[in-house]
Amino acid sequence: MNYRIIFYIIGWVLNIEAAFMLLPVVTGILYQESAMWAFVKSGALCLAAGLALTLKKPKRQYFYVKEGYVTVALSWIFLSVMGALPFLFSGAILHPVDALFETVSGFTTTGASIVPAVEDLPKCVLMWRSFTHWIGGMGVLVFLLSLLKLAGGSHMNLMKAESPGPSVSKLLPKVHSTAKILYGIYIAITIAEFVVLLVSGMSVFDALTTSFGTAGTGGFGIKNDSIAGYSPLIQIEVTIFMILFGVNFNFYFLLLLHKWKQAFSNEEVFWYFFIILAAILMIGWDIRGIYGSPAVALRESAFQVGSIITTTGFATADFNQWPEISRTILVLLMFVGACAGSTGGGIKVSRFIILIKSAGKELTQYLHPRLVKRIRMDGKPIDHEVVRNINVFLIIYILIFATSMLILAGGGTDLITNFTAVAATFNNIGPGLELVGPAANFAFFSVPAKLVLIFDMLAGRLEIFPLVLLFARDTWRKF
Amino acid sequence: MKIIIIGCGKVGYALAEGLTQENHDVTIIDSSAERLQDVTEELDAMQIIGNGSSINTLMEAGVADTDLLIAVTGSDELNLLCCLIAKKQWDCHTVARVRNPIYNKEIDLIKESLGISMIINPELAASAEIARLLRFPSAIKIDTFAKGRVELLKFRIRPEFQLDQISIAELPRRAKCDILVAGIERGEDAHIPNGNFVLQNGDLLSIIASPQNAAAFFRNIGLATNQVKNCLIIGGGTIAVYLARQLLDMKIRVAIIDKSIDRCHILSELLPDAVIIHGDGTSRKLLMEENLDGAEAFVALTNMDEENIMLSLFAREHSKAKLVTKVNRMSFDNILDQFDLGSIIYPKYITADYILRYIRAMQNSIGSNVETLYHILDGKAEALEFCILENSPVVGIPLKDMQLKNNLLLGCIHRKGKVIIPRGNDSIAVGDTVIVVTTQKGLDDIQDILKK
Repeated sequence: MNYRIIFYIIGWVLNIEAAFMLLPVVTGILYQESAMWAFVKSGALCLAAGLALTLKKPKRQYFYVKEGYVTVALSWIFLSVMGALPFLFSGAILHPVDALFETVSGFTTTGASIVPAVEDLPKCVLMWRSFTHWIGGMGVLVFLLSLLKLAGGSHMNLMKAESPGPSVSKLLPKVHSTAKILYGIYIAITIAEFVVLLVSGMSVFDALTTSFGTAGTGGFGIKNDSIAGYSPLIQIEVTIFMILFGVNFNFYFLLLLHKWKQAFSNEEVFWYFFIILAAILMIGWDIRGIYGSPAVALRESAFQVGSIITTTGFATADFNQWPEISRTILVLLMFVGACAGSTGGGIKVSRFIILIKSAGKELTQYLHPRLVKRIRMDGKPIDHEVVRNINVFLIIYILIFATSMLILAGGGTDLITNFTAVAATFNNIGPGLELVGPAANFAFFSVPAKLVLIFDMLAGRLEIFPLVLLFARDTWRKF
Repeated sequence: MKIIIIGCGKVGYALAEGLTQENHDVTIIDSSAERLQDVTEELDAMQIIGNGSSINTLMEAGVADTDLLIAVTGSDELNLLCCLIAKKQWDCHTVARVRNPIYNKEIDLIKESLGISMIINPELAASAEIARLLRFPSAIKIDTFAKGRVELLKFRIRPEFQLDQISIAELPRRAKCDILVAGIERGEDAHIPNGNFVLQNGDLLSIIASPQNAAAFFRNIGLATNQVKNCLIIGGGTIAVYLARQLLDMKIRVAIIDKSIDRCHILSELLPDAVIIHGDGTSRKLLMEENLDGAEAFVALTNMDEENIMLSLFAREHSKAKLVTKVNRMSFDNILDQFDLGSIIYPKYITADYILRYIRAMQNSIGSNVETLYHILDGKAEALEFCILENSPVVGIPLKDMQLKNNLLLGCIHRKGKVIIPRGNDSIAVGDTVIVVTTQKGLDDIQDILKK
């Protein structure tokens, strides 16, 4: 394993993180908060560590699959540890594990918080919380790839390990330009949302943090009641943008190229919108009695559905109080997740499409034992490797899920709380049901339980394999 | 002796070459006239075109008064059939080459029930040789005598050993252990040295010692002697399977790269504990991805000699691994020596060696006995192990009084489990085994070491 280049790249990640910390510093200066110094200190530490690692360019440039996974997993761990420092330095969060939980929740775009009253936090800390969503949404290594040209093999291996979805498709021949396009689209939609929210009457600070939270499909609110306090118009706008950020970014790229037909024949995007629409209508019907008019019921339903399926985790209503059908549908949506290649988490719509198709194929095989059939997606045959990879993904997913639940159960919390807490963190959503419902938070969990949830959030964001491979003996063996 | 060889492939040819040099009457049978053509031109042997399992052909070759029949055609079954017919019909000694791993498990039973004197499996023999090298990676080549109690090891002198300009007489003192220098190769020349010979960097040194002394010797001159912990094998042929089995038994981690997916599936069935990688072993990326730089042993076993050589050169550049290179064609061996490719394995050579050894032993059933025979110093010399029986003329004479032939060295006496590196006052006793190194080929009896 080429440790030199791994730490060289991690060094660059830390440099970039230091640069990102300028935003809360500026916020702190504008609002004249003393908490700003926490960011100056952590930024300086981050930069010092980063510069030390990037001082010398490694001579041996080889970089293979293994290095890709290890780099991504370690980068995210380092990123989170450094990102937790400002919370501790500013005194906003006192316990180190809590600070780490909050940061990991931010970078992995989960949005599960251990802070009981967010409105009491300094503005610069709130800004950093929301900004971590934006950084983590598209991925800091993809950002790095759009800036730097690294060693030959490293690009695709890094991209593969960090990007969500069963298979990574390049938009352009060069990974470097693909990363640029992805970030370009990401920034453009974020700015669009910021402007729309601003026009609809939000303050600059609120509009910016909410945009960051939506763009990364994160879900950290800056109000105790999340988005519920804003006007219905803003709620509808946020709903739309949440759903937009859950769409495969390849779709936008095809739109940019005016390849309308190819864009709209994307199966994943079709089913994504189909599931959203079906869920909105079903929940809207189910909760029509709670809210005065069908329009309000539909609006509340749409916001919650959009928030859960894109794994954002904003809330305008305490869906924990909703009837069982609605609660069940929302929990199921947690597992579906957004599209591959978006900023959302979860298992991803495309994985389900391929799984269901392959299940169908296997069933036909019972009737025609000698049948030969390739599964197709968007009209193109799917590689058997991809199908197998998804099966393995699902099995490990279930194993981690079960183990996490078992550990959480040791803390004495009830089954629904444990189940939805793991589902909400592993799928990078944020709120669950019962004790971890939208109106509650994760502060009450014990330290071991929080560590398990931190692992789940990271594993969920990196789609399990990079993080799990860190614990494989073969990864570290010299031969 | 009258000897019939059936099958004129590489092994058949190598055997015929060796046997005619030792003045045996050799008859070669092959169904291809084209292949026999070479034999007519190069060797003093008789050739018969035909199928070796046909009684008529065998009669024509004079099987009735033949001492030994060697079957080395490409087909195991044909080899066994030839031997069976010759044994049952004319009761002559037979040697068969059987390489199918399926027969290998039942080889003793086959040997006994068909009455075959010796069965040789070239791949198994080659893999045993490689495994021995990996157990003791400092040496390029290791031959064993006296059932493993004495070893003949070959290695290259590097500057860091600080053996440059040291004479042979000084060497044991310097290395602080009892060893004997059996031979030195310098460039094209091979020497059996006396005490005044001076070593140079780059020489290939062959020493005789007990395994313990050999280990001590390498430790004292600063050459790591630990058994390797892992091994990367390129090419998943039969040798690779045998080798992997032996290595896994020694708790060595094994990875095999093969480019045929079907072969990989078979390998994975045969070797559940090995890591089987499907891919082109000559791809630089694949090798690096599979941790070539961390490998302690690298064995190139593909079917292409050129590929094996290139792979070993690449591995030498990118790792500190012990290199083993399989080469099938022997024609260019003197060029290969210049490359420093580590250990080179010639499977055909090994097969021919085994059979020649058997013939020697068979031939000398009175007075003394050749137990084992190795070609050393690049085939320019032989190391023979004799078993001393009663009435041998060499018994009881101190070595300093013995009139030994030129270019001949008495390397080692093995007496009742004890290894003696002989000095002037030592003498040979009945029941000893004696190892002799000589450039004179065709030694049959221990008394041949004496001047006539």
